[in-house]
Amino acid sequence: MEYWRWQEYHRIFSEKKWKNKDIITAGVDVGSVGSKAAILIDGEVYSWGVMRTGSNSPDSAKKALDWAMEGTGLRVNDFKYIVGTGYGRVNVPMANKAITEIACHAKGANYIWGPSVRTVLDVGGQDIKAIHCDETGRVTSFLMNDKCAAGTGRGMEVFADLLKIPIEKIGEVSLNVEEEPPPVSCTCVAFAKTEAMGLLRKGWSKEKVLAAYTHAMAIRMGNLVKRVGLEKEFVITGGQSKNIGIVSRIETALGVKCLPMPDWRDNGLDPMIAGAIGAALFGKALYEKAQKS
Amino acid sequence: MVIITHYGYSDGSGEYYIVIDADKCIGCAKCIVQCPQSTLELIDMLIDLEDKTVAAVTEQQRKNIKYACSPCKPESGNAPCVMACEQKAIWCVWNPR
Repeated sequence: MEYWRWQEYHRIFSEKKWKNKDIITAGVDVGSVGSKAAILIDGEVYSWGVMRTGSNSPDSAKKALDWAMEGTGLRVNDFKYIVGTGYGRVNVPMANKAITEIACHAKGANYIWGPSVRTVLDVGGQDIKAIHCDETGRVTSFLMNDKCAAGTGRGMEVFADLLKIPIEKIGEVSLNVEEEPPPVSCTCVAFAKTEAMGLLRKGWSKEKVLAAYTHAMAIRMGNLVKRVGLEKEFVITGGQSKNIGIVSRIETALGVKCLPMPDWRDNGLDPMIAGAIGAALFGKALYEKAQKS
Repeated sequence: MVIITHYGYSDGSGEYYIVIDADKCIGCAKCIVQCPQSTLELIDMLIDLEDKTVAAVTEQQRKNIKYACSPCKPESGNAPCVMACEQKAIWCVWNPR
């Protein structure tokens, strides 16, 4: 069984209907682990798709957009503007423009949680970014630190596999300890894995090992947020925003609650697609600007 | 309006960041020419829906600052990129632990 494999998914707001005169824009966020696409009608989220990034970025971009378009009746020609973002943003062939994921994440967080958001922690597949933004979702300061997959989505996938716990359950399981164990000392995924195997041999339970790893990662992320300057409201985007083990430990490390994740099952506002939503919002703004001039 | 980017690392020795103020940066590329490690490049940053050409850490070096910036780190205040900038738009932060 592939414990690391997370569910790819997509969603359409079927109650919304698009018309040709609408400003239909798309944002395609090709990350190192996940590729996300969001389609907006007049600046409102209409549909989106999330899938794993393959070895080929242009292909992943196309697949993610196709996934978001599935069942909508939209064709690529219907888009007024497409923006590419994320690590593979230069490899989004159908995009009119590429914009850095930092700008897009702040913009998307502003859309999902509203203008009170000031600090965004984006925990991606292979890196972590702390972003400070103003009430319009405009980036004022940004910080990226370190060179490896420690504490990122990919690191969690490695631990899911090692401990044979399905990735979606990893947060819950990490909280299933009587007492919080001390954090593992290595933040490097490769070394942390070795350290974890040592702890298992010492008789630690899977839950305890996972708690120790998650604890270490949360401290590391918390430090990044402190460095950029923690200002409320604080939110977490990216795949790890769904990891309750990480989220609750960051809250403890920082002594502040992050705004609760909107129930994405109901309203479609998924923190994992913040970057794609932001990109599509920029697409609308850039299209409107081009129309005026 | 300010946009300040920090790229760096933290480890047992402390934390190090290379900081660029995109508002002050005029995209003259003097820092890029001076960098012995090809760590910097010019990029278009979207600021208020306008593209502004500014210096930034290259995508390849973003996760490699520990090694890329190590030759200049002992002189962080006087690193070639910092000295080259007339706008004082680029600086280094080194906080030993």
